[in-house]
Amino acid sequence: MKPTDTSNPEYYHKVVDCQYACPAHTPVPEYIRLIAAEKYTDAYMINWQSNVFPGILGRTCDRPCEPACRRVRVEEEPVAICRLKRVAADNKGDVKSLMPQGPFTPNGKKVALIGAGPASITVARDLAPLGYEIHLFDEQIAGGGMMRSQIPAFRLPEEVLNEEVNYILDLGIHTQFFTYVESLKEVLEKDYDAVFVGTGAPRGRDLPKLPGRQEGGPYIHIGIEWLANVAFEHVHSIGKRVIVLGGGNTAMDCCRTSRRLGGESVKVVVRSPFKDMKASPWEKEDAMHEDVEILDNHVPLSFEMEDGKLIGMKFQKVKAVYDENGKRQLLPTGEEDVFIPADEVLIAIGQENSFPWIERDIGLEFDQWEMPVVDKVTFRSTHPKVFFGGDAAFGPENVITAVAHGHQAAVSIHLMCEGKDIHDRPSPYVNLVSQKMGIHEWSYDSPVAIDKRYVVPQAAKSITLKDRRMEVELGFDPPLGYKEAQRCLNCDVQTVFSENLCIECDACMDICPTSCITFTTNEDKEEDLRKKLLVPAENETQDILVSDSLATGRVMVKDEDVCLHCGLCAERCPTSAWDMQKFFYSVTKAHEL
Amino acid sequence: MTYIKPLFRHPKLPKNKIGYTLKEYEGALSTLCAGCGHDSISAAIVQACYDLSIEPHRVAKISGIGCSSKTPAYFLGNSHGFNSVHGRMPSVATGANLANKELVYFGVSGDGDTASIGMGQFVHAIRRNLNMVYLVMNNGCYGLTKGQDSATADKGSKSKAGSVNPFLPVDLASMAVELGATFVAQSFSGDKGQLVPLIKAAIHHQGFAFINVISPCVTFNNNLGSTKSYDFVRGHLGVTSQLDLVMEKEAISVDYEKGSVVRVALHDGTELELSKLANEWDPKNRISAINAIENARENEQVLTGLLYLNTDYGDLHEILDTTDTPLNQLDEASLCPGTVTLEEINRGLQ
Repeated sequence: MKPTDTSNPEYYHKVVDCQYACPAHTPVPEYIRLIAAEKYTDAYMINWQSNVFPGILGRTCDRPCEPACRRVRVEEEPVAICRLKRVAADNKGDVKSLMPQGPFTPNGKKVALIGAGPASITVARDLAPLGYEIHLFDEQIAGGGMMRSQIPAFRLPEEVLNEEVNYILDLGIHTQFFTYVESLKEVLEKDYDAVFVGTGAPRGRDLPKLPGRQEGGPYIHIGIEWLANVAFEHVHSIGKRVIVLGGGNTAMDCCRTSRRLGGESVKVVVRSPFKDMKASPWEKEDAMHEDVEILDNHVPLSFEMEDGKLIGMKFQKVKAVYDENGKRQLLPTGEEDVFIPADEVLIAIGQENSFPWIERDIGLEFDQWEMPVVDKVTFRSTHPKVFFGGDAAFGPENVITAVAHGHQAAVSIHLMCEGKDIHDRPSPYVNLVSQKMGIHEWSYDSPVAIDKRYVVPQAAKSITLKDRRMEVELGFDPPLGYKEAQRCLNCDVQTVFSENLCIECDACMDICPTSCITFTTNEDKEEDLRKKLLVPAENETQDILVSDSLATGRVMVKDEDVCLHCGLCAERCPTSAWDMQKFFYSVTKAHEL
Repeated sequence: MTYIKPLFRHPKLPKNKIGYTLKEYEGALSTLCAGCGHDSISAAIVQACYDLSIEPHRVAKISGIGCSSKTPAYFLGNSHGFNSVHGRMPSVATGANLANKELVYFGVSGDGDTASIGMGQFVHAIRRNLNMVYLVMNNGCYGLTKGQDSATADKGSKSKAGSVNPFLPVDLASMAVELGATFVAQSFSGDKGQLVPLIKAAIHHQGFAFINVISPCVTFNNNLGSTKSYDFVRGHLGVTSQLDLVMEKEAISVDYEKGSVVRVALHDGTELELSKLANEWDPKNRISAINAIENARENEQVLTGLLYLNTDYGDLHEILDTTDTPLNQLDEASLCPGTVTLEEINRGLQ
């Protein structure tokens, strides 16, 4: 095999599993080290640069980073990355003075942002410091989008949401709330240099054809609409017996909110098996902790009415059968249909995009699923001035994905307004610095903690169920946060190998606790080389680092899979052919161009 | 100090026949210099014992004094160990061995511990054909006292400080052959591919198995002009044979050049398969072994691999016809048969 090209920043980036998995590529190990050092403000700012909403995401993120965490491969449970982010947000000092300070010199360009969710707010954050005049439109009373309307306050307190949304709005954004944009054509007719659409996926799916749906209307609600009505205080109570249809995170929010509004017997009924439910495992756990019953393998048949009043629902029992391709089919078990009594039903079976306000004759193409045609890199639609991001671009995802979209769309808008090619994307900011301070001394905590994942403390159920605004999770306090932070393996401290210094003493190979390093003869094919290692490198999602040919004609091969970044290879290297170097990678934002 | 070996191991670390991974054969974290050849030898011992599925509690490690003699702390942490007096490892090994012939004995020594202060003990252990692996970690200098030339330093070899050694070296391997050691091998710490099978063969050999391992001192003797540096040894390696230990009788599956493969049976039924690289060398012939060593010396080579093997001569227990039961398992009546038996013996001597 050819030597690995480590000059391509994506090689080391991929080694930092959490950062690589994060849509916004937040430098996770860097801020976790700062939390351990009690530098909460710095940790917050690293997050803020990357993901704009550290306090919000530290409570509500979908955490794509955590399944990717190296600790999953080494032991079992990932580092509690998400909840550590909250530690930074909870304990930070003054951060506003570290953010861009307006007023900014106008650059004469105007940008309209439609929808005030995470994607639009990110665009505003990135463009405002460059002097853009930004007009933000939203039909709601305040900014935040679905973070305000759909995420219940017991998971995300309003103060946290307001604080982080306002950091951006305070950058001199012209907000027009309570304004539903009815026509994109009209917006385009105004002299905006660019328009960004971040209107989310606002329409909750219904079950219009299910018998009883029409008659039961007053007792049946669409999940996300009902959550919004609760958030904006149009709804204050619910019946004692509640059925929530659906198995995603919205269903979990619905059932838990129901428990707080008077629901005593709350059942989540889902078609799929429990393990296939879309909801995050921790959301399911929290719901069950609040006495919500989850009934899986039940397909809804009808809403049952009596005297013009909903009395419950009928379900068919099914079982999941998987074919050889893993494709699932739900087949009836033949058991008798199940009747579940209920006073009200919440339908949380997914949400869709909806663009009734975009005219189809303005040069903006839609595909066969009525979704706008959007470029995956530039986020530009087929209309040169219109950009999309967040759920509006490619369908429902999550907050952190919306933020990542917003950063990229802002880059495109800025490049376009500068008259540059928007396909010419900026390279990331990277840095690689040795961490050696002396003999046995590194500027990071190289010993590997064996601690198991710490549980985030929660407030007592008897208190939280009484008040829908009372936050359930109390968050790690600083001592517990420190312990959890020490579980991080510092994957961004890279093992950098210089073959010209290596004397092939094998010391690194002998000491490596996880048998990652092998000196062996080279092979033409990667698959052959992978088999020859001390422990064969079977996890092909992880790269192997292959050196150039050494003096004896052999090569050094390192399997990145379960490297603990403990630095012992560098400790035992007599010639510093191995060095531990901190790799910092940051996606370039529009205001850094 | 941030110098702690993590407890995590590769989750897919293979297990040997008795269900242990390499971890069960490791010792404490080495305090030797980074890059020391001795650590590689420790790793080779770990690998050999793992490969042979030896239960760690069935091994005794005995050493003298020196960098080399510290290493038993760094391998086989679950085995027995005795760090004895300088140069006196063979005496302690002899005592232990006589008391219990069931263990595998590793004598670990250095060039100072063997070729200088322990020379007298070394030669007599050979003479008695004590059943043990006697491993010398030979770096040609006194690393623990800042790198003075040792008795195995080659004439003309330059020290790190720049002085040239004026004396002729003690050649431990040819000396061992000369004294009648029944298993003599030489190897290099940087060549585990050769060292691990040699150690395995030495463990299976019934009798005194001597392995002289050139092990560069990375701190005091790895400089240009030294004949025991990584670079010099790598550039001057001569190899007698590629060796493999065949645990069960099986057909030779690899196609070697005709006539170049030799199989030698050991006492316990295992076989050594030697794929010969050196011409006119017969591992079972002492003259041939000495010739091979001398020829290599003339060509400025360090001859490595198995040099000499004799399976005809019994070990110390066989010679003395000792009991098979370890002494600690004998009851008082057997150990101390009483006055009647004593009188019988005395009568037999009258």
